[in-house]
Amino acid sequence: MEASLRKPDAGWRSFDWTAPFSAAMVLLLAVLVLLPLFWLALTSVQDDAKIFTLAHYRQLFVDPAFVRPLWTTLWTSAAVGLGCIIAAAPMAWLVSRTDLPGKRWWRILILASFVTPPFIGAFAWVLLGGPNAGLVNQAYYALFGLKPFESASLINVFSAWGMVFVMALYTFPYVFTFAANALDAIPSDLEEASAILGAPAWRTALHVTLPLALPALLGGFIVAFLQSMTLFGTPAILALPAGVDTMTTKIWGLFQFPPQLGLAAAASLPLLVITVALLRAQAAIMGRRGYSVIGGKSGSAGKPIRLGGWKVPAVALFVVVLGCSIALPYGVLMRTAFVRNWSAPLEGNLSLEHWRFVFFEFSQTQLALKNTFVLGVTAATAGTILVTLIGYLSLRKLVWGHRYLAFLATAPVAIPGIVLAVGLFLAYTHPPLVLYGTLSIIFLAYVTKELPVGYQQIASSLRAVHPELEDASRILGGTRLRALLDITTPLIRNGVIATWIFIFIGSIRELSATILLFTARTKTISVTMFDLRESNDWGPIAVLSITMLAITFVMIAIIHRFTDARLK
Amino acid sequence: MWLVRFSALCAALSACVVTMEAMGQETTPAMVAAAAKEGKVVWYTAVDVKVAEGVAKAFRAEYPNIALEVERSGSERVFQRISQEFASGIKNVDVVNSSDASHFLGWKQQKLLASHTPPDVQRFAAQYKDPDGYYAVWRASLSVMGYNTKLVTPQEAPTGYLDLLDPKWKGKLVKSHPGYSGTSLTGTYAIAKLLGWDYLEKLSKQGVQQLQSTTASPKSIASGERAVMVDGNEYNMFIEIEAKSPVKIIYAKEGTPFVTSPTAIFAEAPHPNAARVLQNFLYTAKTQQLLVNEGGLRSVHPDVKEPADRTPLKDIKLLLDDPAGMLPQIAEIKKRYTALFGN
Repeated sequence: MEASLRKPDAGWRSFDWTAPFSAAMVLLLAVLVLLPLFWLALTSVQDDAKIFTLAHYRQLFVDPAFVRPLWTTLWTSAAVGLGCIIAAAPMAWLVSRTDLPGKRWWRILILASFVTPPFIGAFAWVLLGGPNAGLVNQAYYALFGLKPFESASLINVFSAWGMVFVMALYTFPYVFTFAANALDAIPSDLEEASAILGAPAWRTALHVTLPLALPALLGGFIVAFLQSMTLFGTPAILALPAGVDTMTTKIWGLFQFPPQLGLAAAASLPLLVITVALLRAQAAIMGRRGYSVIGGKSGSAGKPIRLGGWKVPAVALFVVVLGCSIALPYGVLMRTAFVRNWSAPLEGNLSLEHWRFVFFEFSQTQLALKNTFVLGVTAATAGTILVTLIGYLSLRKLVWGHRYLAFLATAPVAIPGIVLAVGLFLAYTHPPLVLYGTLSIIFLAYVTKELPVGYQQIASSLRAVHPELEDASRILGGTRLRALLDITTPLIRNGVIATWIFIFIGSIRELSATILLFTARTKTISVTMFDLRESNDWGPIAVLSITMLAITFVMIAIIHRFTDARLK
Repeated sequence: MWLVRFSALCAALSACVVTMEAMGQETTPAMVAAAAKEGKVVWYTAVDVKVAEGVAKAFRAEYPNIALEVERSGSERVFQRISQEFASGIKNVDVVNSSDASHFLGWKQQKLLASHTPPDVQRFAAQYKDPDGYYAVWRASLSVMGYNTKLVTPQEAPTGYLDLLDPKWKGKLVKSHPGYSGTSLTGTYAIAKLLGWDYLEKLSKQGVQQLQSTTASPKSIASGERAVMVDGNEYNMFIEIEAKSPVKIIYAKEGTPFVTSPTAIFAEAPHPNAARVLQNFLYTAKTQQLLVNEGGLRSVHPDVKEPADRTPLKDIKLLLDDPAGMLPQIAEIKKRYTALFGN
């Protein structure tokens, strides 16, 4: 049908390049995503002489030096997941179902904790929750007339539980978002019925709302678990000083000279397997019990439950959680950036020394800023182009391979950053493509890592554009490319900009993959901060943290403007 | 035909001689001009980041046309990054400084270093320089113990390593890591030799906070996060004392590890002339005095004066470093240590 509409004499100009192009994209994505995994698998079963062996795996499951970190990783991640549910489920219910005051502001602050790089939160919590000098503990000792070392501290972030606490502070927004979205989608009919039949609000919440939201909570738990399991910065900053290893710090340790690549590859695989298994479980849980079919009325239509006297504890919950994740950490970073000695009282301690050092003396700053920007801009640009094309090809189901495209674009969600880095390191440190030591290898890591987020973002924009508009253009004789450029592109412009900024933000804060891939010439701000951490230079760390947060929030403000413009 | 080849060979040889001359020991205007053409010099160092940038600032003031890039990390991390870069064919580093003196033995053996003797080094005592001119001690420091004077009184302060096993120090100690820091590695080797690994095993049960750099532990006790430091740089302690932080140095009665920290130029340095200008600059009496005055370091330069308020080396019981003895044991030390104290 389409073919007959083409002018016969138009020649190559009207040739539909969609099919070969699509095939090329599948190939490109396959190389991007599968090559590192192939090298990972291969290296994990080879000894130094490249002879097949299962010794690495045996060591992984027998040697206590590996079994212990694996166990620590599992229980701390589970604890983070549970902690997130305990805090975020009531928060989501309060925002979605009750007359809680200041909902808009709470949502904004939760977004702020969502975009705060977890390692910056961990830095801040060293300064707040160090058992003796941490400012929160200092205040606690002063308040109760206690002395450090003599009495137990209020909180000790240098411990496995301290790490769980700080991880949960920056992971709970995932669970909150899952739960709040689910609650918004669940019609309130059933809850109203329960209320009419005389059940008190808490009873309705526990016996009606909770079971309905359970799949979303489980989904949130899984995401929180996976987030915690794959973090590198937080355990390195908080658990290593206590002599506690997790799998990510262990893998990083295996990269210390002389690198034990076979073991590192083998140690990466459990993370990969757990991630894939849990994501499948999540898809199964959330897929089986969809609620959009239950009724036509959405949750927001219901009358909000009056909290009455419960407003005080409800607000207190938000104040405590967001105080710990935003107010205190941001406050302590500001304070540390402007004083000479972070643990001393403010009086006579104020100084711009750290700013001067970071921006005028520290020779890493310029290089790291430049690298970070170059990587952020190139990864965001390449990533956006890639996901836009993939999104278009796969959602329009134009050609053979569209399924594979969608699969490959979302597959990296199952590859933890540090595992991807091990794979990339193995794949690109030898011919034909030696990329180690260049920004390209980090660029590949960022693009691959951000593919799923970008794809989801762009797909939702593309779904909103009906194919009829393009068909009209094709019928009038335009090629596929013309239709794409003239019709679809302007319509999804805001979505494309949002995608670009998402990838940019994700890239400039990346640590867990960069930490294995950088060299002196290719340092980024995040690894520079990590280097400063090893010598306890908290002042410069605070200055760089504030700089990074400022860039992030400016970018988010820009997204906001564009998405607002779209709504108008 | 052979005549053509021969004359080509002669030309090549004379070119070599010319470059050799350009790379002579003294900093000549020709060398500075060649260095300026190279544009920059890359220096990997393990010295505290602020001390390193202080030296860099002085260098830039003297040679405004040569950009100096400082890459600072712990000695063992510096070694690891260089090994990784060389293994991947990356040539980035020109000049290296490490507090693990055994690194230089290995590099020299593998013919990775360039022979170059800065004029000032010619006057150094023989034990502080390589006889073949591949490296020389750029700075020295001690791996000292220390405590926070607000948390510990001088009477109760420990006097040596064995005191730290007292239950009263449980949860109050901080220590740096021999897998990261050359100073800590040198110190750990000396202590293990003196007191045995069972001492370290007992120490590991004292709830020691494990930091990475020996520049970090003085900052930790200065902030009051921990009360007593098992090992840390003497020079960072001097810097803290200068800044009026409440800390005091302990020279352990069993002895204090003396850690020499050489620098060297790599044979395949991408900026060979700039590397030589920097190397010469690092050893001048002026730079060495700067290290001592501002950086709290010890210098082996014969012209350098020690500030009067610092305990002279001759009054401290020193455990001298032994790079050749340590070299074959490094991997084992790191492994055993990590098994006890973590990464």
